[in-house]
Amino acid sequence: MARRAEPIGAVPGIGAALLVAALIFGTLAAVALRAESGRGFAASDWAALRFTLVQALLSAGISVGLATGLARALARRRFWGRSVLIALLGAPFILPVIVAILGLLAVFGRAGWVSQVLIYLGAEPLQIYGLHGVVLAHVFFNLPLATRLILQGWQEIPAERFRLAAQLNAGPVAMWQLLEAPMLRRVVPGALAVVFAICLSSFAVALTLGGGPRATTIELAIYQAFRFDFDLGRAALLSVLQLGLTGCAAYVALRVSAGEGMGAGLDRALRRWDGAGGAARLLDAGWIALAGLFLVLPLAAVVLSGLPGLLLLPGAVWAAALTSVLVAVISTLLLLVLALPMAAAVALGRRKVIEGAGILGLAASPLVIGTGLFIVIYPIADPFMLALPVTALVNAVMALPFALRILVPRAREITMRYSRLALSLDMVGTAFVWRVFLPRMRAQIGFAAGLAAALSMGDLGVIALFADPEVATLPLQVYRLMGAYQMQAAAGAALLLLLLSMGAFWILDRGGRWHAEA
Amino acid sequence: MLRLEKCEIANGVFTVRADLQIAAGSRVAVVGPSGAGKTTLIEAIAGFLPLIQGRILWRRQDLNAMDPGKRPVAMLFQDGNLFPHLTVAQNAGLGLRPNLRLTLPEQAKVQRALDRVGLADLAARKPAALSGGQQSRVALARVLLQRRDLLLLDEPFAALGPALKAEMLDLVAEIASETGATVLMVSHDPQDARRIADHVILVAEGQAHAPQPTAELLDNPPPALKAYLG
Repeated sequence: MARRAEPIGAVPGIGAALLVAALIFGTLAAVALRAESGRGFAASDWAALRFTLVQALLSAGISVGLATGLARALARRRFWGRSVLIALLGAPFILPVIVAILGLLAVFGRAGWVSQVLIYLGAEPLQIYGLHGVVLAHVFFNLPLATRLILQGWQEIPAERFRLAAQLNAGPVAMWQLLEAPMLRRVVPGALAVVFAICLSSFAVALTLGGGPRATTIELAIYQAFRFDFDLGRAALLSVLQLGLTGCAAYVALRVSAGEGMGAGLDRALRRWDGAGGAARLLDAGWIALAGLFLVLPLAAVVLSGLPGLLLLPGAVWAAALTSVLVAVISTLLLLVLALPMAAAVALGRRKVIEGAGILGLAASPLVIGTGLFIVIYPIADPFMLALPVTALVNAVMALPFALRILVPRAREITMRYSRLALSLDMVGTAFVWRVFLPRMRAQIGFAAGLAAALSMGDLGVIALFADPEVATLPLQVYRLMGAYQMQAAAGAALLLLLLSMGAFWILDRGGRWHAEA
Repeated sequence: MLRLEKCEIANGVFTVRADLQIAAGSRVAVVGPSGAGKTTLIEAIAGFLPLIQGRILWRRQDLNAMDPGKRPVAMLFQDGNLFPHLTVAQNAGLGLRPNLRLTLPEQAKVQRALDRVGLADLAARKPAALSGGQQSRVALARVLLQRRDLLLLDEPFAALGPALKAEMLDLVAEIASETGATVLMVSHDPQDARRIADHVILVAEGQAHAPQPTAELLDNPPPALKAYLG
């Protein structure tokens, strides 16, 4: 008995981790081998690199800047609907990008609500396409995430400190120096790095709101090289560049980030004595109202503009919806088959191998994996025939890091609490898996599956690379309808997509917690 | 007979030595100061802790190479003896089949065991819906079904009140006489030992001493036990 006996083994998890690593490194190798045969970077490639960095920097700066004010307001105010608003800050994570884009267009587009007000006032309508449109969409997605990260920092200041500050009669400046500035110095760099890393691999936003030589991200350039020029060498070269970039950024983000912003307890009430003045109240109310409007209006626009079209959707949209549901189901199953053994293996102490593979998933870009898979499949079979399986697989790998964060703590708790009881009853192997591990993981499995299903349902990445005109997932169908200026149908389809994504998440998450014992 | 031959048990940095034997069918209390290694001794017999040297034999069979679940041992831990997501009947049924694929006769056996511990009507409940005493009874029903030669108790009733604890100990004694099991029971209360144990093993300063008759030892304690009993 060299190693402590356990009722389950780590081998399947290590196998799954190796499989994921093989997929990521294998596609990378395929891409790199292709890239060598090419030439150096063209001027347009440098432009793509510059744009990618500039938009990511701007998005990160603006998101975190606004998030700091919003988190401060949320941290020191108690009001009706606060916990709903905080829960809503988690929603953009599973919101399909294309749905948000349509909502943002309806509010900030040339014919949007804001433009109509401007025209009424005699001003020029807004121009959303280009750098500022891309940044606007990124802020829409990442302001909530950054707010949750920073709010967590605020909540982690012990209640005693606030009591002490109140006792010392600390004014706003003293409060800032004593409590807020030190906390922000610790939390803000992490939030900046996380948002920056996310925005680096922006594809769908750049595809819809960017484009053209002046607003193309590297991911978009990969897509264009692939789709329009079928220049695999150039796509491969760009992929290597992209991977280097996201790899560095993901590494930095993991090193400097404190929490993941998905933790519970953010709606915990904390008694505060500061910020009682009229100006402070007005300031906080302003922050909360503006941020609330910024986040809620585009969603409201999707619902309002989508409702009339929902019943008149063309058959192609329903077919695409069915395809999307199918892809989401397969992707979710794949994710669970990979993530559950991996979570078990981490719980058994094989941390490094497994979490390494999980982090790889964080750094890997869907378009790079897609390009690699294409290069690998191309000589053997028609890659376009495999569009849907490839999409499901890539989506599962992309959801893996998040699923592991959800599953691992619980898996660790189960093995710690029930290993010995199970061993003493000779419940090992499948008996332990089916009778203890899976039933006790149910709530976490539901949550992870819900996230995976929603992410897969809303994904507009690899599918755009692979799909031929006959095949489409729902997000791709929405994009095509937009491209054909069928805005009514696009809005209806977007609403359907929103309902399906949120519905999938809700059903799976609820299903997992249904009658689950603590 | 249970023999611990020149055993040295590792538990992290500290070790417990034991060289003793226990007669089959006897009921032995393991007493001593906390941290002296009572639980370590029990867990080594159950197979959760490795031996640095020595052998553990039950009826001349070496247990060392056997996994915990394969040993002739039923064990009750300090807490967490039941799975909260399984019903009372399922928790007890684990004593017959770890995968819970019970045949009809086996299900009837489970029901009889639950009858025996006074839980006949609660078979479909989950542990959360039971009192502490009832939860202990479920675990004892499982022990009854396991029919193992050795029953190891690591203070499973410590959280119960004195009257309830006495009741459980009596039930343990009854079950042990019915199944003929040899009982080893960790305890820090000499009253528990007097209640059901015919012999006592004193564990102190990393050494498990050979069992001695309960009354003899407790009435006339050696210095190490005296310091502990106060």
